[in-house]
Amino acid sequence: MELSANTQAIAYLGSAILFILSLKGLTHPATARRGNLFGMIGMAIAIAATLMGAEVRSFGFIIAGVAAGAVIGSILAMRIQMTAMPQLVAALHSFVGMAAVLVAVGTFLNKAAADALNAVLMGELSAGIIIGAITCTGSVIAFGKLQGLISGQPVKFTGQHALNAAIALATLALGVHFAMTGSALSLTLMTLLAFILGVTLIIPIGGADMPVIISMLNSYSGWAAAATGFTLHNNLLIIVGALVGFSGAILSFIMCKAMNRSIINVVFGGFGSGDGGGGDNAGAQAAAKGVKSASVEDAVYWMEDANKVLIIPGYGMAVSQAQHSLKELMELLQARGVDVKFAIHPVAGRMPGHMNVLLAEADIPYDQVLEMDEVNPEFPTADVALVVGANDVVNPAAKTDKSSPIYGMPILDAGKARQVYFLKRSMRPGYSGVDNLLFYQDNTSLVFGDAKDTIEGMCNALKGGGH
Amino acid sequence: MSETLLALYVFVLACFIGYYVIWGVTPSLHTPLVALTNAISGIVIVGALLVTGLENAGTTAEIMGFIAVLLASINVFGGFLVTHRMLSMFKKKK
Repeated sequence: MELSANTQAIAYLGSAILFILSLKGLTHPATARRGNLFGMIGMAIAIAATLMGAEVRSFGFIIAGVAAGAVIGSILAMRIQMTAMPQLVAALHSFVGMAAVLVAVGTFLNKAAADALNAVLMGELSAGIIIGAITCTGSVIAFGKLQGLISGQPVKFTGQHALNAAIALATLALGVHFAMTGSALSLTLMTLLAFILGVTLIIPIGGADMPVIISMLNSYSGWAAAATGFTLHNNLLIIVGALVGFSGAILSFIMCKAMNRSIINVVFGGFGSGDGGGGDNAGAQAAAKGVKSASVEDAVYWMEDANKVLIIPGYGMAVSQAQHSLKELMELLQARGVDVKFAIHPVAGRMPGHMNVLLAEADIPYDQVLEMDEVNPEFPTADVALVVGANDVVNPAAKTDKSSPIYGMPILDAGKARQVYFLKRSMRPGYSGVDNLLFYQDNTSLVFGDAKDTIEGMCNALKGGGH
Repeated sequence: MSETLLALYVFVLACFIGYYVIWGVTPSLHTPLVALTNAISGIVIVGALLVTGLENAGTTAEIMGFIAVLLASINVFGGFLVTHRMLSMFKKKK
């Protein structure tokens, strides 16, 4: 059976509607799985309608490609650890970028062979290739930083912005030249420069700005799909590209707002070095700085008779894989009638919503996990705030110290709880490199050690039935 | 109206839909949102199929198309599956 162009267009329309409903489903956890299903159906319709259309004539490479992609994709999805989700997402973004580049170059070759090139088409091809190439190598660098293959520190050198601007201008100029002349040399050089630009744009950005970068690259991957849609005059690609592009852009905006920084500042700022004191002898350093350190038993003493305990997870929880122990701690406390809730800052972790997924993985019900605006009014009535691997997001300097680089960033009001316990490995400051004023508050104590070990210690103390 | 202009109309209107739909997404599902949009942007597979399946495509274009099909379908399958895996972990208090 072969679909007419009109039937195919109707199928694409249905597919586009399903994608919109799919994203709409993520409004609430209860409808989210249905949303994902809509997405799958939309994709199946899109692929089937394309294969049954008049334009697709040879199937050998297609079947091989889809089959291999299905196997690789499924294995990746089933095996990936939840803590490694940011890496997987970065890798997948780079694939979309690369695919967009290949589709654009392939379209150029096909159209050139059919002698059907024109300036508008070649301009659209340039746009698709440039966005796709930046998405691809930018995501590879983000992947490298997240996986620890390259340093998570911002890489900065003098003349960096000038160099980036020069590469960007040269890329654009080559794109214009290609659109006007169809020169294959300009096309090749433009593509290479765009790949290089992806590297030089992302390399200066530090590890803790990853939530913004992941969102931004997510957005780029959408724009790359939309540009592909323009070159192929395919409305489905344009619609879907715009949806994804906007999704990533809005997430970037939300993440920037949660850090009180502009997107320009994140992209060009190269913020924070995070290299404070070393990890050795944290207790002695703490004492020297006038900070109290506490034992596991002290913390348990306050928590077991508490009415309300608020737990603030950060990237450190992901690093030490402490989410499962936290779930046990939550249950032990709940068994004693303690009200336990989790407080999530929007930029905690390495991608938007990272903490929520890790807590969900540990079987912690989502209605016990609260966002910043919901939970902040609860801190003054909380007996204990337990900070697990978070730092800058609870630093009161953001409110009180106008000279602080994090001044103006909305924070979780952990300091308003009666007792604050910080689980920390060392006295290293947070990512921003700023000392945390909360450490010096009278109601704050630091519990040194690996987060997971410390929490397991707390669980054992609770199970021991007192001390 | 030229075909490109029509495409621009579609694009701009779709941007508005994206804007209003995405603001409704709950922050706790931001990671699944990124994974789902990842899967959905695998829609470039449509472009890849068109390049690869062309009747008289040259060998270079065919190979490029094949790699694009492969990469995009990793996205489609990997993206939807991992989103499903994540979403099935989000449970309410019993």
